[in-house]
Amino acid sequence: MSIFSAIIVLGGIGLLSAAILYIVSKRFYVKEDPRIAIIEELLPGANCGSCGRSGCHDFACACASATALDNLVCPGAGDEAMKKIADIVGLAPTEAKPQVAILKCYGTCENRPVTARYNGPASCAMLQSTGVGTTSCPFGCLGCGDCVKACRFNAMHMDPVTGLPAIDPEKCTGCGACANACPRRIIEIRDKGPRGMRVWVACSNREKGAVARKECTAACIGCGKCMKACPHDAVTVSDNLAYIDPAKCKLCRKCVLACPTGAIHDEGFPISTPDMAAIAESKRREAEAKKANSN
Amino acid sequence: MRTFHIGGVHPPENKITASARIIDVELPREVTLTYGQHIGAPAKCELNKGDHVDRGDIIAVASGFVSANVHTPISGTVVKIDKIKAPNGMPCDAVTIAATDDDHEKDLAAIADRKPLRTEPEIASLDAKKIIEIIDHTGIVGLGGATFPTKVKLSPPPGMKADIVIINAVECEPYLTNDHALMLECPDEILEGVRLLMRAAGVDRATIGVEANKKNAIELLRSRISSLGIEGISVMELEVKYPQGGEKQLIQALTGKEVPSGALPIATGAIVQNVATAYAVYDAVRFGQPLIDRVVTITGPSVERPGNYRAAIGISIEKLIEMAGGVPSDTGKIVLGGPMMGKSIVNIDAPTTKGVSGILMLPENMSERGKTEPCIRCAKCVSACPMGLEPYLLATLSRLGEWEEVEKEKVMNCMECGCCSFTCPSSRPILDFIRLGKQTVGAAIRARQSQKK
Amino acid sequence: MNQILTISASPHLHTRQTVASCMWHVVIALLPALAASLYFFGVGAAIVVVTAVAGCAAFEYAINRWMLHRPSTLLNGSAILTGLLLAFNLPSNLPVWIVLIGCLVAIGIGKMAFGGLGCNIWNPALVGRVFLLISFPVQMTSWPLPIVNRWVYADATTGATTLGLLKMGGDTSTIDLWQSATGAMGGSLGEVSAIALIIGVVYLLVMRVISWHIPVAVVGSVAIFTLCIGGNIGLELLSGGLLLGAFFMATDYVTSPMSHKGMLLYGVMIGVITVIIRRWGAYPEGMSFAILLANSFVPLINRYVKPRKFGERRVGK
Repeated sequence: MSIFSAIIVLGGIGLLSAAILYIVSKRFYVKEDPRIAIIEELLPGANCGSCGRSGCHDFACACASATALDNLVCPGAGDEAMKKIADIVGLAPTEAKPQVAILKCYGTCENRPVTARYNGPASCAMLQSTGVGTTSCPFGCLGCGDCVKACRFNAMHMDPVTGLPAIDPEKCTGCGACANACPRRIIEIRDKGPRGMRVWVACSNREKGAVARKECTAACIGCGKCMKACPHDAVTVSDNLAYIDPAKCKLCRKCVLACPTGAIHDEGFPISTPDMAAIAESKRREAEAKKANSN
Repeated sequence: MRTFHIGGVHPPENKITASARIIDVELPREVTLTYGQHIGAPAKCELNKGDHVDRGDIIAVASGFVSANVHTPISGTVVKIDKIKAPNGMPCDAVTIAATDDDHEKDLAAIADRKPLRTEPEIASLDAKKIIEIIDHTGIVGLGGATFPTKVKLSPPPGMKADIVIINAVECEPYLTNDHALMLECPDEILEGVRLLMRAAGVDRATIGVEANKKNAIELLRSRISSLGIEGISVMELEVKYPQGGEKQLIQALTGKEVPSGALPIATGAIVQNVATAYAVYDAVRFGQPLIDRVVTITGPSVERPGNYRAAIGISIEKLIEMAGGVPSDTGKIVLGGPMMGKSIVNIDAPTTKGVSGILMLPENMSERGKTEPCIRCAKCVSACPMGLEPYLLATLSRLGEWEEVEKEKVMNCMECGCCSFTCPSSRPILDFIRLGKQTVGAAIRARQSQKK
Repeated sequence: MNQILTISASPHLHTRQTVASCMWHVVIALLPALAASLYFFGVGAAIVVVTAVAGCAAFEYAINRWMLHRPSTLLNGSAILTGLLLAFNLPSNLPVWIVLIGCLVAIGIGKMAFGGLGCNIWNPALVGRVFLLISFPVQMTSWPLPIVNRWVYADATTGATTLGLLKMGGDTSTIDLWQSATGAMGGSLGEVSAIALIIGVVYLLVMRVISWHIPVAVVGSVAIFTLCIGGNIGLELLSGGLLLGAFFMATDYVTSPMSHKGMLLYGVMIGVITVIIRRWGAYPEGMSFAILLANSFVPLINRYVKPRKFGERRVGK
């Protein structure tokens, strides 16, 4: 007899629970566009926020309900994924120029003498609040790697030789998390450049040339030689610091050769700058020789 | 004995210069004056290179309500208006003034033959507004270290009324003795300054809070009060406990009232001024001398001639240290201010400012922190926090970037006194993380406020 | 000036206390009780204490070295303290192999499984002790008589404890309170001498290693609760592991609350649970269970019992 009462009681509880679950799941069912889940699969899932949305799910929802994809670009997913997303929602994809982070400092251990020892947690923000940091440059990299900690794409690491963060342009999506994490704001997000070629001033020091030079041998001293060397008016100097406008730069690299301190860096070129200079030099000589011969 | 109620620690006092008389440092031939020597907007310099200025002239004018004038302690010519490196190594604007022999001798003569600007009856006839005007004009700021412009504190926001002036002579920071020395040598001047502050604030009573480790100063001030027949000023002995000299802690110790969380100290009716500020007010009203010098304690376990030095503001830190025998060879860290709240510096070529109350040179074995170990949840930081916060929690939340939780746990109440890091047996950088949380939360609060507007 | 200066954020001073010094202070504070136990239980106490301390140290070293691959943490004294406290909670005739199992559970499960010092939820020594109590109930509750067993280890003559008598409804009128205070009674080897334990706790309070809140709350709540239910306060306080628990086990940094209010609540909790177990539970002694139960509530207490912040109005004012 007792076995029956047990079955009835337990079965009853089970039935009741099932009924409640059924009612709740029907009553509170949230209808979601099935495409959202598919789009989310294509996204990196880093929730970096560089699209301007609060996360990848939010971005996917926005894509699914969008009437045009104009303002919806995920730098982390890349063009291929964006095209697929555009196919899914049946809209035209937006072509976005790929972006990349660049470090505007080249104060390596060799270039920038150490003037103080920091005794505290490894955090650029904390070091910044104590003052100038472990070198005498008040603008350059603090070297504690807040940017590396902020990167969600594994695109940065601290280079033990230079003491500076190294950016992997292949992995970098230009999301800007590192630039926001840097208390000295020396990371710039900019166009990756044609075929990944770019030229920039790897220094942020706004002090006078002599002072800056004393602090770091690779500092921009604001001499303006690059400005004079540039045939395209892409270089400006203000506050003792040169800046190359990526929109105007034609990647001729004359500024790189002109810089007396080596503060202008290039990246992604098939031929290195010294080689390029040597080739240009030999071409010039050939031309001169031809001229001499024809004369 | 009176004291504040929550938390506090007992760091070793190390007042090695407690019995040292104030030594006047010779007037320098060159001074460099920065514009931002106070909390608030930096003053604006309207001089040009080559201009000649006299001792006591304004060289930079206050640029807002919370700002203060900057004066030159020497006569001379402006030789440089440029960026210099502050003690912490960051660039800041400054003007450099150099004296010729004539200028120098003129200044020395003026100092030797200092005459009061106002006579007793003239001082007695000054009203509150006029006194505050003098304080404003002479660029007086709080000399305890925070350098908050004094006139701002004396002008409470509408609807608030002061009923007591509290003079902060606690000097709870270890090593520092500059206020102690000043009280022993200039009690009458200080009491006169306190009376002027009382009149400026429109109150009829003042309390001078002194820690019990300065018994001779307490006795001296009490005897001067009774022999001069001053009414309304009392001297209160306080327990030796850090941070007794924190503004909110001092108000609570002396009046029993707690400054509500997020409110100004004036909400309790108290105006707190440092004892050195009172002295500066006396100087300003009586002699018309602006804030151009102050007493600095130069100290450290291996300093050759530690002492209390009265020096012109703007003299280079290195020169001041030379007066005390130079930087000892075993120095590992130089701190401006006391060891609990002072800032470690890298550039001793920089000039002193109004807020420099001490220069502490710590030997290498005292300048490194202990090895950080895991938190053992001993709760010593919670017991030590004078604001009743939970430092271990704030630090952990900051480390994890949980800024909303950090704000909810009242990180903005923290006054960065350092009790938590001091007391932590695991040598954890608690305050470093809390400060990070404070900066982040503070920025978020400001962003929200500007959005509302 | 050519020195490279150190920069760091304030404060630039630090107390001389370290984790190791805190732990060693507690070890020193336990020495009077250790001396008492050696006096009363002689060779048996020595064997158990040495085994427990060595066992805990060895297990911690081994786990750090071969399982976690971390530097050794032996010098901070926490493993030694755990061993000492574990031994204090064991009868002096306990076989060595059982003591070693207790060490393994205390260090391995009680502490290192959570991540080492500072991460554990329960007091490691008590985890070991309760594990043994449940696994080896006979060995763990046969209490050698004091003094007569000085030169005997395995075949010690045993007798009932005060709490056992109270539980069984035995005659407690012959028990001399003074004897209980000095420690001439049966029990775990470290818990018997109230006077030695009090000397130790006074040392800890004077050295500012612990605050008064937890010991006072535990002892106070036991006294008041016993009074309420009509027990003998003197016997309840001086017998069993109450003082050892209140002074040295409940005050363990890692497993006790962070705020003073929380400490008082936690102490009262321990006191009340102890008396409930002693009076109505199956075991004659409930201190270990009470502390472990209260330990479980510590995260909750930390979450909801906050210190009063400066400038916030007191309740009801």
